[in-house]
Amino acid sequence: MNPLSSFVKKLSILFTRQRFQSELAEEMDFHREQAEKEFLAAGMTPDAARYAAMRQFGNSARIQEKSHEVVLFRWETVLQDLNFALRQLRRNPGFAVTAILILALGIGASVAIFAFVDAALIKPLPYPNPTRLVEVTESLALFPRGNLSYADYVDWKRMNTVFSSMDVYTAGRLDINTPSGTESVHGLKVSAGFLGTLGIRPMLGRDFRPGEDLPGATPVVMLRYGAWQKRFGGRPDVVGQTVNLSGVAHTIVGVLPSDFEFAPREIAEFYVPLRPTGECEKRRSCHNLNGVGRLKDGVTVSGALAQMKSIALQLEGQYPDSNRGQGASVMPLSAAIVGNIKPVLLVLLWGAGLLLLIACVNVSSLLLVRAESRRREIAVRGALGASRTRLSRQFITEALTVVAAGSAVGLGLADLGMKGLSGLISKDWMAGMPFLHGLGLSPRVLIFSTCLSLLAGILFSITPILHFRLSDMRNGLTEGGRGSAGTLWRRIGANLVVIELATAVVLLAGAGLLAKSLYRLVHDDLGFRADHLATVNVGLPPSAFATDRQQVAFGHALLDRLGSLPGVQSAALTSMLPVSCNCNTDWVRFVGKPYNGVHNEVNERVVSAEFFRTLGVKLKSGRFFSEEDGAGKPNVIVINQAFAQKYFPGEDPVGKKLGDTALTPASIREIVGVVENFKDAGLGQEQWPAEYWPFDQSPSGYFYVVLRTSQDAASILPALAPAIHSVNSHVSVDWERTMQQNIDDSQAAYIHRSAAYLIGSFAALALLLGVVGLYGVIAYSVSQRTREIGVRMALGAQRSSVYLLIFGEAGRLIAVGVAVGLAGSVAAAMLIRKLFFGVQAWDATTLVSVAALLAVSALLASLIPAHRAASVNPTDALRAE
Amino acid sequence: MARKSDLLPGTLDMLILKTLARAPLHGYGIALSIKRSSDDVLTVEEGSLYPALQRLLLQGWVKAEWRVTETRRRARYYTLTAAGRKQLGIELSQFEEMIAAIGRVLQDPQEA
Repeated sequence: MNPLSSFVKKLSILFTRQRFQSELAEEMDFHREQAEKEFLAAGMTPDAARYAAMRQFGNSARIQEKSHEVVLFRWETVLQDLNFALRQLRRNPGFAVTAILILALGIGASVAIFAFVDAALIKPLPYPNPTRLVEVTESLALFPRGNLSYADYVDWKRMNTVFSSMDVYTAGRLDINTPSGTESVHGLKVSAGFLGTLGIRPMLGRDFRPGEDLPGATPVVMLRYGAWQKRFGGRPDVVGQTVNLSGVAHTIVGVLPSDFEFAPREIAEFYVPLRPTGECEKRRSCHNLNGVGRLKDGVTVSGALAQMKSIALQLEGQYPDSNRGQGASVMPLSAAIVGNIKPVLLVLLWGAGLLLLIACVNVSSLLLVRAESRRREIAVRGALGASRTRLSRQFITEALTVVAAGSAVGLGLADLGMKGLSGLISKDWMAGMPFLHGLGLSPRVLIFSTCLSLLAGILFSITPILHFRLSDMRNGLTEGGRGSAGTLWRRIGANLVVIELATAVVLLAGAGLLAKSLYRLVHDDLGFRADHLATVNVGLPPSAFATDRQQVAFGHALLDRLGSLPGVQSAALTSMLPVSCNCNTDWVRFVGKPYNGVHNEVNERVVSAEFFRTLGVKLKSGRFFSEEDGAGKPNVIVINQAFAQKYFPGEDPVGKKLGDTALTPASIREIVGVVENFKDAGLGQEQWPAEYWPFDQSPSGYFYVVLRTSQDAASILPALAPAIHSVNSHVSVDWERTMQQNIDDSQAAYIHRSAAYLIGSFAALALLLGVVGLYGVIAYSVSQRTREIGVRMALGAQRSSVYLLIFGEAGRLIAVGVAVGLAGSVAAAMLIRKLFFGVQAWDATTLVSVAALLAVSALLASLIPAHRAASVNPTDALRAE
Repeated sequence: MARKSDLLPGTLDMLILKTLARAPLHGYGIALSIKRSSDDVLTVEEGSLYPALQRLLLQGWVKAEWRVTETRRRARYYTLTAAGRKQLGIELSQFEEMIAAIGRVLQDPQEA
């Protein structure tokens, strides 16, 4: 009645367990003796009386256990089971270690990948009401998400009724004077309401005020937390002070919070108001802005898109020249930020999931084999009084012990995996993904891993219990214990192995296709020699280099200086490095050809005279630039072959003239040469028409230098900054890298490589597990069929026919597994075909190689049991009966 | 051996308490006493008796002590405690209520 006193009693019994048991035993012995006496008195023989008493009494061990259970604490039986489970696992360390490791691998891989998925795709953006934030941009047939022009932005902002606020930002470089010289720093130009739209307030000082983004307002700046710490020592009195940025004194009005992040331009240290004072902001046709909007309550993304599209259409009617074909795009900001890594992350998650599936199937079959080998033990324990529930609980405890250990090790592996994987991400790339910074075993990741463990626990508990439900426990006591259960297990095991092999095929095919695609991608025809090329980015302070003449003069001085560095064969300038993007485009119109107002979009690059020779790009017709093509001379350009083919089919373009869409006299230039196509676009992107301007006629204060070196390009990189600063100590120097590094670290190559490597390692593990699983099934089958094989051999079967028998069994499983796997592979590859470059989902070479690899490895694995079967000694096999 | 008749569920504790209310007994004695006083109708299985005794001990309704029998064997005797006597009263009255209710149902099935 009284829970406290019964607790005290239980506790006292807990400490006098021995005495409790012996007293109970004595009491029951007494009982039996009395019963025996009574039977004796009733006239039975002594033996009969004893047996009758024992029969009447029943299973004394079970009674004792039941009586004991009454006084046990609930957790004690659990502890007992756990203790027993641990003893069982210790007695069979091979099984325990294998099962735990396999499970840990599966769980570790899944959890590590999930952590990335969580950080990138599930975790909300770090702004208030993040689901109401959208990216707003213009859209074109060629660019589904193109930039906004300033004039369009102003109209969109004024005309829309779907956003409570809409703002724009664009990247910009700023020069800052530091004790070690001028440094070019990353800035973000934002419209005044930008932070308000995000829902962020400065931690110090104030936000930009409306109107501070208009021409003529006092220059102001806000600092990112990192810049405040690094450049201003984190002093709170910086607010109100001035800082010289690109030669203009800016008043610091605020400091952004330490946890503020803005992934599209995380690298920016200084936030300044965007003013429509630049050349580009004055033209409606110049697109350089990105828009962010906050949806009004009740407005959906598609509703907003519909309105923006109709506004864009209205503007197109109003400004047919500049706005032809300029549509609108509205999408959730989160999707805009992680859109490019989402597919690859999902593929990796699927890969890890498949690996986990194989691991679980593998551990399940291990548990089955083990249950099978413990048939007799289970039967004996059942006969000795263990109830079915108790036996089942024992299995569950064992399964949960394996799962618990596997999950713990798996979480450790996942943590290591996460660190390893984020270590592999290049620093530049990592800087663009601030959402990955808090990567780790977050609560959501732990919940995910707990769910996995629970599922595995349920699976592993059910498997052996089901096994014994299906087979009669009493059979276990009979010698040999073969019969239906063995066949049944062989059937279940065989099905499991088919699943494993098929899954392994899918992963292998995925890895193969990704690897082939990666190879195609990085061996994409560049059209120039990428080896022995060094690159560096140079920025001139605008105040000191305000005129074209100053910029041209500096460019020449710089090329002279760098060209004379030891080991440098030639040096050139370019506004954009090759292998970057189809971007920085221009609209052209041809003199003497009919024009219907369509936007002829071509890549536009400004390069110095030696550029093509430095890259190793061949001339098709006409000439390269020369030192003569300078200011005051007729404007000239060089075009690529794609340009010639698209706009001058069957004509010689050399000597033809073109200009802007209005053919403004100043914009007219003559084509003097055609070069072979080379890759302006990023890896895997299509070749666009391109026009190249001579630097001397269209200079700028911000460009890249490309150097062709005779020795390893990397060895010259450290010498670049000192050499450049020896020409002018106030220019900023950045991006000292080899061309090969640029290509290898480009986003397309990076995403491809990491996907191929990860899926590849998952596939290798899957292959191993699948093959081991097949080995297990075949080996078990051979052990079950020893007698049959013995009989066959006694009747004259040759060893070769025994080999064939076993290989036949393995071959059937492999064939089914491979067939199912290949079908699955094509289906899976179709789902992810957008990730592939130059490879089809049904790429025959890959599929055939994968099938062959798996078949050969699996047949090799069944060689061992086949050999064992063929070496059966018929006499021994038959004697064993 | 004759088929053992099953006890009504929940009545074993009450039968043990009632038996012990007459005199302290050991486990075998309790089983025997219930069998005899029910004219061999009720048989207490050992598999139920000993767990039940542990339960009663735990509740504090009976006490156990080792004594020597008339045949000079050591045996564990169970004695009813005051709490056990009270519990017996509760269980008896509940049981009588139940029997009376069942009786009423059986007497007049049409009006149910």
